[in-house]
Amino acid sequence: MSVLVFLENWDGKFKKLSFELVSYASKVAEMLGQPAIALSIGKVDASELEKLAAYGAEKVINIENDSIKAFDEQVYTSMIAEVAQKTGANILVLANNNSGKALAPRLSVRLKAGIASGVSRLPVSINPFVVYKKVYSGKAFANVAIKTEIKIITLAQNSFEVVESSKTFVVEKMNIQPDGKLMKTQVKEVQKQSGKILITDADIVVSGGRGMKSPDNWGPLVELADLLGAATACSRPVSDEGWRSHDEHTGQTGKIIAPNLYFAIGISGATQHLAGVSSSKFIVAINTDKDAPIFEAAQYGIVGDASKVLPKLVEAVKEIKSK
Amino acid sequence: MKILVCISNVPDTTTKVKFVDNSTKIDVNGIQWVINPWDELALTRALELKDDASNGVQTVTVGHVGLISSEPTLRKALAIGADDAIRINIEAGDAYAIAVQLAEAIRNENFDIILCGIESSDHNGSTVGGMLAELLGYPSVTGVSSVKIENGQLVITREIDGGKEIITVPAPFIAVVQKGIAKEPRIAAMRGIMMARTKPIKVVEPQLIDSLTEVINYEMPKPRAACKYVAADDAGQLIVLLQNEAKVI
Repeated sequence: MSVLVFLENWDGKFKKLSFELVSYASKVAEMLGQPAIALSIGKVDASELEKLAAYGAEKVINIENDSIKAFDEQVYTSMIAEVAQKTGANILVLANNNSGKALAPRLSVRLKAGIASGVSRLPVSINPFVVYKKVYSGKAFANVAIKTEIKIITLAQNSFEVVESSKTFVVEKMNIQPDGKLMKTQVKEVQKQSGKILITDADIVVSGGRGMKSPDNWGPLVELADLLGAATACSRPVSDEGWRSHDEHTGQTGKIIAPNLYFAIGISGATQHLAGVSSSKFIVAINTDKDAPIFEAAQYGIVGDASKVLPKLVEAVKEIKSK
Repeated sequence: MKILVCISNVPDTTTKVKFVDNSTKIDVNGIQWVINPWDELALTRALELKDDASNGVQTVTVGHVGLISSEPTLRKALAIGADDAIRINIEAGDAYAIAVQLAEAIRNENFDIILCGIESSDHNGSTVGGMLAELLGYPSVTGVSSVKIENGQLVITREIDGGKEIITVPAPFIAVVQKGIAKEPRIAAMRGIMMARTKPIKVVEPQLIDSLTEVINYEMPKPRAACKYVAADDAGQLIVLLQNEAKVI
């Protein structure tokens, strides 16, 4: 029996999300008295694989295969299912991002395994197996029992702290030949944004709404974000107006994020916006309307105009940075 | 070409949710039921594809698992422009049970493109589309922000961390769609509402299938501490609090 955690890589590298996943899997494994095994598919340097040991993986299985030219959901499902069977996995952990959302449900059918997605804590109990997850876009939570022998969990990003716990560690190269007939996805073109901090990865997100009044007013907001090493985001009306790119839209139908700190600047805090950001650990609200619902969700607030408040914040950050 | 859009019937996203029966069920009193927002965008895109005759889309069907109580939501989908609907007549179970019901009901209907929203706004599962694909043995693409038909070939945009991929995939296939798939949800016009009354809803009797998971109970989020205000003139003080008190910068 094992807890198997699937890790994607980004150009051969892991990131904080990967370490959150391994930390989570290894804690679940500890609860069950089983080993945590990490599975990585694709070309990843040995030094990257070794990083996983620091978070409690006892074994890393690496499948490298030149015939896998694209992320094909059927091909990956087949490979992960085969590894799950070989390692006797009774718990599978994946990320609750687009790749995890692609693979977990297919694996659920393949392995006849119940699934709980967007889980943000360790299991509430092992027998019965109950996990705690967000429902109604953060307006409530549910305790969900998974009744099958094999269980699948997708972990919400930024919800579980990375925990260092070194274990003796082995890397095993596994040779699994994917079924060529399944390979139906052909990637024609990849468009990457470089140099930008991803909103979903960022510890701090600085977000602007209609209260910014014009796309020309974003300068100080971007400066604040740059000084804090933060990502920039926006509310839906702002992206709909074309003031900012759609990639920046956070909210129910946009990006759903859980940073340590979220600045909502000129954002009133409609339910749909809060659905995307309510898992933030701290929310700062800056709004001219003292009755705006965003202040109910926020821990810190300034009632004031963004154009006057932002330059003061920029100055204050410069000051603490200079110390 | 035939398109199926799977739709979920969910409480309007502005609903303040409450639970009853020892927090095991949502209180349905006063809830406005709507098409799940992502499914509504998926339906809009399907209709856009059909509008352009060169795409060769003959029909757009909506598929749904639910009791007769969700027919108003299906009628709304028909009013927006879907040609017909399939309703599997059982209260929705967990994602697996829903996917099995859908798969069995449509297995022989030969849909070329199946669109599913990336999540439902009630259970936030993100699972039915992928499960349906696996049950039918179709390829799937998840996180889709564009579906086009170019010279009879499906061209898909998949959102990945920090970028996008342009993909081709043969039909039949399932796209699990997200933001970007359509700009604004299409709204029903009066003519559509009139026509929807006579469009067919095929009612399919359900399979006997057990859920793999079960909600034990619901909990409300812990109330957050009251907001601490900093005067606008003294805004810099906020940064000091974030550094020394919250310790997040």
